[in-house]
Amino acid sequence: MKNEVAYFGVFTALALIFSYVETLIPISFGIPGVKLGLANLIVVIALYKIALKEAYLLSVVRVLLAGFLFGNYFSIIYSLAGALLSLTVMAVLKKAGGFSIIGVSIAGGVFHNIGQLFVAMLVVETFRVAYYVPVLLTAGLLTGCVIGILSREMLRRLAHWRAEG
Amino acid sequence: MKLELKKFHLKEKIDLQKKDWVLISIIIFVAGLAFLLHHFIGGKGAGCVTVKVEGEIQGVYSLAEDQVIEINDGTNILEIRNGTADVTGADCPDKLCVNQKAISKNGESIICLPNKVVVTVDSSENSEFDAVAQ
Repeated sequence: MKNEVAYFGVFTALALIFSYVETLIPISFGIPGVKLGLANLIVVIALYKIALKEAYLLSVVRVLLAGFLFGNYFSIIYSLAGALLSLTVMAVLKKAGGFSIIGVSIAGGVFHNIGQLFVAMLVVETFRVAYYVPVLLTAGLLTGCVIGILSREMLRRLAHWRAEG
Repeated sequence: MKLELKKFHLKEKIDLQKKDWVLISIIIFVAGLAFLLHHFIGGKGAGCVTVKVEGEIQGVYSLAEDQVIEINDGTNILEIRNGTADVTGADCPDKLCVNQKAISKNGESIICLPNKVVVTVDSSENSEFDAVAQ
């Protein structure tokens, strides 16, 4: 029990640090709103390493903290929608079986963007933002792939580590 | 402590599986479909410009199709090309409207004071979102 709390703290700290590092990296994909989503790396690893319930909690805590620190009211809503939908889809795919970590991560990346798009539709009150769908799907595919490969390499090195401690 | 990478035996699948490729194919297919749909059907929603002369709307033109419009019986020439609108000709002496850059984003406008012509982009389509998600 004590260990679980400590591990959860470490996961939260890592996710927060990655959110921060993300704001430092001046990578621009030339498209507004498209970014790597480094913090998702921690969420993917959490999905495979800690209980699903805690992964959800981690995701929410991460978004709230990062939002209050680096973002604004809107960015929190966007991120929360994206993060929750993304984690849900990833959990479903993982449970369904037959998908590799990369596949799960790709689905996560894509649905992260779709979740944000839904919020954008509600906020702007128009379906016109739908023109952004191809861009967001492709971006989610690519970033999800990168995050998936990174997660795989990290999980490979953490193969013997268990949070239950 | 010696750092050793023990032989990898995760119970999860490591390499890309058949289902992964199916997933990737579906995503690319949907993205392509959405692109084509938008390209062929949604073209008319690509934003439009409203032309006003002395405050009265003279016409609304789509930015999606290239066209040349004579405003006010030819006092100003509005050219729409590649989704941007530009005033390319005017009979006024100062040519300020001609020198303004082409417009395409929501709310942008070109104004010719001598002829009382106002050209405004009227669509949320091309406006840039200013909230950045973390």
